[in-house]
Amino acid sequence: MRTCWESFEAYAFRALGRDFGERLLPRGLDITFCDQVFLIGSGLMWNIYFAGLAIAIGFGLSVAVAMARFSQNPWLSRPASGFIFVFRGSPLFIQFFFFYAAFVLLPRSGIDIPLGFVTLTVDTSALTTAQVGGLFVLVLNTTAYSAELFHGALQSIPKGDLEAADAYGMRGWTKFRRVIFPNMLRLAWPSYTNEAIFLTHSTTLVFLSAFPARQQVGEAFYYARYFVDQTFNPFVAYPLVAAYFVALTLVIVAVYGLVGRRLNRHLPQTRRARFRFRPQYIR
Amino acid sequence: MFSFCSDPSVLEGFDWFACYLTSATHLNFYGAFLLVLVLLAVTAPAALGMGMLGALALRARFLPLVAVGKVYVNIVRGVPDIVFFLFVPIALGQGIEWMLHQVRCPDWTEPIRQGTDFLVCPEAKVPPNGSPQWLYTAYAFGMAVLAFALVFGAFVANTLHGAMQAVPRAQVETAEAYGMTRAQAFRRVVLPQMWVYALPGLSNIWQILIKATPLLFLLGLQDIVYWARELGGQKTSLFSYPHPDWRMWYFLALLIFYLFLTWISERVFAWLGRRLSHGQATAAGERMRKAAA
Repeated sequence: MRTCWESFEAYAFRALGRDFGERLLPRGLDITFCDQVFLIGSGLMWNIYFAGLAIAIGFGLSVAVAMARFSQNPWLSRPASGFIFVFRGSPLFIQFFFFYAAFVLLPRSGIDIPLGFVTLTVDTSALTTAQVGGLFVLVLNTTAYSAELFHGALQSIPKGDLEAADAYGMRGWTKFRRVIFPNMLRLAWPSYTNEAIFLTHSTTLVFLSAFPARQQVGEAFYYARYFVDQTFNPFVAYPLVAAYFVALTLVIVAVYGLVGRRLNRHLPQTRRARFRFRPQYIR
Repeated sequence: MFSFCSDPSVLEGFDWFACYLTSATHLNFYGAFLLVLVLLAVTAPAALGMGMLGALALRARFLPLVAVGKVYVNIVRGVPDIVFFLFVPIALGQGIEWMLHQVRCPDWTEPIRQGTDFLVCPEAKVPPNGSPQWLYTAYAFGMAVLAFALVFGAFVANTLHGAMQAVPRAQVETAEAYGMTRAQAFRRVVLPQMWVYALPGLSNIWQILIKATPLLFLLGLQDIVYWARELGGQKTSLFSYPHPDWRMWYFLALLIFYLFLTWISERVFAWLGRRLSHGQATAAGERMRKAAA
């Protein structure tokens, strides 16, 4: 049997790859409680990687899609609503399968995109890995969900604020940057916090059967399922992964709470939009 | 299916597809779509029932019952649902077998958990050893329905509880002034009126339920995801219908199926909302009254 320290050394960074700890995962009767704590914990870094990058990339995209949807030009608003409908109306689980099957069909050598003076070679083999392809799907998915939230917020920007901006002679980019964007962000922030939480929870779907976990590199829930398969005992690994996620959720709520406070700093306490935890995990 | 399908190797074009898409495995694939609809049809009322019980517990006057309701709603909502979908069927299956084991084999001395094995006496196996295959499938399906009902029941309980609170207080007070008991007021005043307030939440939960159905695949059932992977994978010339990797097209079909399902339910819920708002003391109901007048 390993001591707790030995399993920390063996598995605390195993999720980075075979070279960062023991080559093989513990098996059968050899599994200790500490192994489960550390290996599942090491998988958590991938959850943070997927969620963090997807939210960061998806944020900019979703503001653009929300503005397009809100626009009066049907050539902009129709495609934006279509995009949102497709990604919000179908299960993320199936989206993963579909995109993985599509990425596998791409030529392995990469695609050359001639840009006139230089030829860009897109490395398509990376797209079949979860770290790139899975992230791609998550970005599209969170873009659709957040764009819907931001679109709702755009609709409820106080009329007076827009009139005030017009009265000051603000137009175009200045008006967007000084009035529309801050207001939209402030109004959407409570629900955007929820979106960040659900996205973090749905990173557990990445390695579920579509994208392969090469070298047994996976996220927390992948390892939890591995342990349950090995020990046939769901009462240790699943509560552990649940506890990790509750902790992660609390961190997100705290960080977003700080940002939300800053966005609302000009308003009296009673008029601030409050965050309410509204779990809706499946997407 | 068709008479000209007897020798697939000589078929071309349209005939080939007609035969390919009606082969026995494809009929299983279409049956799996039916399975999704059956699952939805069974789970929705079950979750609604669980939710109603939970909501009633939340507004009970008996403190322990309120505590039970709160614990149920908050635990299920606070933990990632996917953990629940995998945890509940295994835990419940082991729990049932453990209880049967205690009842039927009281003199069994060996420990149940031996290393990585979960061993109960043969009399406690569910379904009993030697059962036909369909019984195992039905048992797995039942467990899945239970897991769905548990998780979605908690969401529904929260929504229904909010809806019950949203019925205007004056209406309940009027009922009390007429001498109705608490139960009577609930049955005659709150229950018929709460639905218009619950509808947006319920519609949301229904959409989530639709999108949760492919998770059946994780429970080892032969559902649409299973068949899409089986049928779409590359088939060599050893098979009667050889084709390259077509998984993308199969999953595209699943995407379209789900988009259609959510689109239809959006329509139905919009229609239901109009029906329920009729004559209600809400903004939508008021607008309908003015339009009619």
